Amino acid sequence: MGSLLLRGMIAGLIAGILAFGFAKVFGEPQVDRAIGFEEQVAKAKGEPEEPEIVSRDVQASIGLFTGVAVVGTAMGGLFALAFAFVNGRVTHLSPRTTTVIIAILGFIAIYLVPNLKYPANPPSVGSPDTIGYRTQLYFGMIVFSLAALAIAISAARQFATNLGAWNGAFIGIGIYIVLTSLAGYMLPSINEVPEGFPADLLWKFRVASFGIQTILWAAMGIIFGILLERLSAKPAR
Amino acid sequence: MINSSVLQGSALPVIPLRQILPWALFGGLLFLLAMYFIGVEEGAMAVFNGSYVHEFVHDGRHLLGFPCH
Ligand SMILES: [Zn+2]
Repeated sequence: MGSLLLRGMIAGLIAGILAFGFAKVFGEPQVDRAIGFEEQVAKAKGEPEEPEIVSRDVQASIGLFTGVAVVGTAMGGLFALAFAFVNGRVTHLSPRTTTVIIAILGFIAIYLVPNLKYPANPPSVGSPDTIGYRTQLYFGMIVFSLAALAIAISAARQFATNLGAWNGAFIGIGIYIVLTSLAGYMLPSINEVPEGFPADLLWKFRVASFGIQTILWAAMGIIFGILLERLSAKPAR
Repeated sequence: MINSSVLQGSALPVIPLRQILPWALFGGLLFLLAMYFIGVEEGAMAVFNGSYVHEFVHDGRHLLGFPCH
């Protein structure tokens, strides 16, 4: 179990490094522009300039790297735990196939669906007063989405015994879509985009965020699979 | 259920739940804590006073999709 966890964390770290590269090239210009907008608005209102606690250079280099690499490593560890639970119990596939399936489902349930309801926002979008409320809603949506995934998988397995794997899978997908759509419909929406904020900047920022998470999940699934394939080639311990 | 000879290959042995659990509890907590510090600390909740952690990981927090600001 220890070596499994370690491999997960290594895969996550490498994925984090790759995602950092993408974030640096495609994400940082949008963050810079958004901060520029924020400063302009503050100046127009006559607010005093905010003191810089951490310089922009540090934020955009080691700050960004630390953030993405730590989250990547931690995600890799959790990924390995999920693999250990699922392997041989829910799936009976090669390690590589299992890791790719976990990566796809994890990406959809933890990032994609919650972010359709509560998308990533650049600096200056979002009021500081509502940060507690927004954080609760965001993590609430992730928890709900994961619960819906668990229900969908267990239903898919039950139906698969009588109706076949394909039909079982379709029923599972249907259940997941219905449950998460319901949550998305009932939970309150948040729109705190300030007046005059460039639409193309918001779009580009969100695309960059989507790209970062896609790279993170895809690389993690593929690299962890490769590392496990090597583990299973060795004699079992 | 998901069972196809093409995809099966060499499966890893099933790890007993008793063996996973301590790792899951300890590791899971540690990993979630690490994510908390990158994603939430000095925003919605705070362990430390000030805003250094928040400011240091600020770009990553926004770009990874955590609520901020
Ligand atoms: Zn922020």
